[in-house]
Amino acid sequence: MYPNDFRYTKEHEWIKVAGDEALIGITDFAQHQLGDIIYVELPPVGKELAVRQSISVVESVKSVSDVYAPFSGQVVAVNEALVQTADLINKDPHGQGWIVRLKIKDKKEIDGLLTANDYEKFLEGLEH
Amino acid sequence: MRKTRFNELHKRLGGKMIEFCGWEMPVEYSGIIPEHMAVRTKAGLFDVSHMGEVLVTGKQALAYVQWLTPNDAARLAPGQVQYTALMTPESTFVDDMLVYCIGPEEYFLVVNAANVDKDFAWITGHTQGFEVKVENPSDAYSQLALQGPLAEKILQPLTDIALSGMKSFHWAKGKVLGKNCLVSRTGYTGEDGFEIYTMDPDPGIIWTTLIEKGTPLGLLPIGLGARDTLRLESKLMLYGNDISDKTTVLEADLKWIVKLQKGDFLGRPVVERQLAEGLTRKLVGFELAEPGVARPHYPVTIKGQKVSEVASGTFSPLLKKSIGLVYLPIEATAVGSEFEIEIRTKRAKARVIPTPFYKRADKK
Repeated sequence: MYPNDFRYTKEHEWIKVAGDEALIGITDFAQHQLGDIIYVELPPVGKELAVRQSISVVESVKSVSDVYAPFSGQVVAVNEALVQTADLINKDPHGQGWIVRLKIKDKKEIDGLLTANDYEKFLEGLEH
Repeated sequence: MRKTRFNELHKRLGGKMIEFCGWEMPVEYSGIIPEHMAVRTKAGLFDVSHMGEVLVTGKQALAYVQWLTPNDAARLAPGQVQYTALMTPESTFVDDMLVYCIGPEEYFLVVNAANVDKDFAWITGHTQGFEVKVENPSDAYSQLALQGPLAEKILQPLTDIALSGMKSFHWAKGKVLGKNCLVSRTGYTGEDGFEIYTMDPDPGIIWTTLIEKGTPLGLLPIGLGARDTLRLESKLMLYGNDISDKTTVLEADLKWIVKLQKGDFLGRPVVERQLAEGLTRKLVGFELAEPGVARPHYPVTIKGQKVSEVASGTFSPLLKKSIGLVYLPIEATAVGSEFEIEIRTKRAKARVIPTPFYKRADKK
């Protein structure tokens, strides 16, 4: 269920590293918790972010959720498709529902992120 | 948390349960948007057993109801229902409610879940000089709401009450699946539909059969999330958000429930004064003029000056935009009037639009 080549956070973000950049989105668990997503607030390209700073806000009918930078970096691209079709995040949370691409500032910060296995175990723990 | 008599059935259907006014209730099952659209196009079934019921009986039951409320309960014949409010002496709201005329000496009041104890205390607290008895049978009652264009079609085979003859804001007693019920053509969605009240201790079969018979026609179980988006599209009030003990009945744009010719009532002098002097603010509907969602309590500004807060605000699944209600200074309440809503760090443009935001095509 959770791609093995991704990394994860306990805040339910996924990270797909490609060289010195990474795509970021929210996990299937998160999109299910939020319900039908109707609006995504995207950051401006070029914005610099510290780790755990809010990069994006994802809104469903009933909730408002921050997406946090899993590592320090700079926004190089945002998923413009979400402006018209915010529910891409529900339909394809790990693929077409990506939210931003960040340039990684310090590769060491990636090492601390959860593996797919860690994340799945974390989710199991939440159910109890 | 308190549980309704249908609690297990919600869980079995995959209801996402939350705490609401001390009750464990389903906020959604399949999703707020599909649930909302099912009610607008087919049918939806709601468990609203958390609502409260207060019975006012006795020789002066009508006189007492007339004293407590601004609408004219004397207009009600047995079998009729009206929307009204419990008023404070300041003409603000203790609650909004429905009054069912059961008989000339029997009135059945249905009140919001959030206010049951407060309302019962209020209604028992003003009886001095009135020959009435006030009771609170809320715990004994279960209540379901079946709403949507297919509601009558789904319910009729299950009841001996002739639904096609029942007009809006009327009620009848009869059997639903063998259980004694009071059924009214009322609801909180803006669609045609029925509210089913029963004191039967074992009413689960009504829920399960409605789901069984309705599902092939497109009926869905509906949670509190869609209940809110549906009522807001129809500009129905939510106590605590749109009306409260800080808003007068005229400010809330509910002049239509005030019938001065009926006689004296709590709050009447203030209503008369506001009619004579005019209002300084009024509740109006708005739409967000840019992408985003306006939510309750978001600050509202006019040309950068804070004037209010969003009272109710959501994303309308039907209209696919953010709509809501807000109290604005009277000079800013004309349709088309522009203002701003602070959403996090941004000032989003909004404008006053006519309400209700949605009105169904055929009104019975």
